Amino acid sequence: MGFSVLKPEAQGAKFNEALLAMDRLSLQALVAQARNTLSPGDVIELLVVPALERLGKGWEEGTIALSQIFMGGRLCEELVDQLLPKASPQRKTQPKMAIAVLEDYHLLGKRIVYSTLRAGGYEILDFGRIEADNLVRRTIDEGIQVLLISTLMLHSALRVRVVRDGLARGAQPVKILAGGAPFRFDDQLWREVGADATSRTAVGAIPIIHRWTGGAL
Amino acid sequence: MTAAVTSLQRVLTALDHREPDRVPFFLLATLHGARELDLSVREYFDRPEHVVEGQLRLRAKYRHDCLSGFFYGPMDVEAWGGEVVFAEDGPPNSGSPFLKDAETIRILEVPKVRESRCLRKVLDALKMLKDKASGQAPILGVVISPFSLPVMQMGFESYLELLFNQPELFDHLMRLNEEFCVEWANAQLEAGATAICYFDPVSSPSIVPKALYLKTGNVIAKRTVARIKGPVAIHLASGRCLPILDCIAQSGMIAVGVSAAEDLGIVKAACDRKLAVMGNLNGIEMRRWTPLNAEAKVKEAITKAGPGGGFILTDNHGEIPPQVSEEILMAVSEAVHRWGRYPLDWMEGYGPE
Repeated sequence: MGFSVLKPEAQGAKFNEALLAMDRLSLQALVAQARNTLSPGDVIELLVVPALERLGKGWEEGTIALSQIFMGGRLCEELVDQLLPKASPQRKTQPKMAIAVLEDYHLLGKRIVYSTLRAGGYEILDFGRIEADNLVRRTIDEGIQVLLISTLMLHSALRVRVVRDGLARGAQPVKILAGGAPFRFDDQLWREVGADATSRTAVGAIPIIHRWTGGAL
Repeated sequence: MTAAVTSLQRVLTALDHREPDRVPFFLLATLHGARELDLSVREYFDRPEHVVEGQLRLRAKYRHDCLSGFFYGPMDVEAWGGEVVFAEDGPPNSGSPFLKDAETIRILEVPKVRESRCLRKVLDALKMLKDKASGQAPILGVVISPFSLPVMQMGFESYLELLFNQPELFDHLMRLNEEFCVEWANAQLEAGATAICYFDPVSSPSIVPKALYLKTGNVIAKRTVARIKGPVAIHLASGRCLPILDCIAQSGMIAVGVSAAEDLGIVKAACDRKLAVMGNLNGIEMRRWTPLNAEAKVKEAITKAGPGGGFILTDNHGEIPPQVSEEILMAVSEAVHRWGRYPLDWMEGYGPE
């Protein structure tokens, strides 16, 4: 029986249930079933991204925990890696994106966003933990167009301003999406530090990037 | 003429779910102490005398109701050999995790509290604070919970992998961390702490689902708190607490820190006098407040949680960032001294704008 015959919402509910239970085998079976009638890109758009969106909504509402977001993102990333290997032409490689943790050793938030975007079919460079000056240099050197910055501490979040000012000296415009606890607890902070946007959830980064590319992705 | 109520009496009355003379107020502005002494963050925490002087000056300046022996969170992992990274505009942070491989948990040894140079500084500070306080103000000791310490010991991602995939090693690490936590908490109480603040952000439903917490963080807290020889309050460091309040109360805690992401009034009602509430001024947003904002936020918090006691006004994270100006800290202090006086008659007809 094909995915379209089963009703996408029923399949989505099963997928979400398996994701929360961290049931890798059921997730693989559901994806295999969906692949009978859908392309890899459609499986991502109709099954995986909606599931991540449901997790993100639950996180916002306080019904889903960060550990579930992390494990769910990791599982979805694995599934999508099988559907679309890294070299697949269907991977979204534009705009050129990178993610980094700014001057901090708390890497979980960055890992969650990285997995979520890769589960959405995007390719993204991982700069790891990095100081502001090095982040500016690497961003310019590698021609990054969208830079995602994760922070946990307020003083690290305020350093996004240093990155913004440094990037302003480069030849190519760079969009900055800043996230992490300080931006959740102060909804004006992203503007103050010169970011172009913030997102309260990992999956919320996808429509922002989509918007920045004029819906081209 | 009746003697003035001391901060300790005020706090104890509030914790007993009765109304003291005014709402107790904890200004947990640790790093502002360094500024008071015109020292760098590293210099400030290098000597217990600095922290003691900083604490005394902050209490005198802002007229708040506690002293704290807390230096910085990563100290608990520094004692295990972890790295601490100092910054001039923020609290010392944990560096690269020292447990690079989960298997090394099997050969990990619990540090001896009294043999640790960094922990001894805190114990010395607590002894000095006890002498200076003369029983007038409660003195807070702080521990990172056994369940939350691995975030700094091994990194959050590796810890979640351990938690979900290696239950036997997870249990072993918890037993080691519990031994450390109990010894560390009891040493602080012996040195002069009046109560222990048990920082346990991983237990928050913001971080792990309640079902998992019940099998892990809650069980660990019950075992640990039962062996700590003094009152213990839990702080989830900005994480939500509402869905697990009943479990927190059963784990032996006397109070809970409330996130700015939660409604203080709803949390207070849900505590149903089983736990006192502490909170929940938004320390991050506080940077941008005006004195009028500060006054309004204090009034709002008092309105929601003040009636009947059982409430200590403080920030939502247990540490106010150094970027918050003295003007705003003073405005918070003035507001609680003005609007926190019991009985809270002004509340009749009051509605936040």
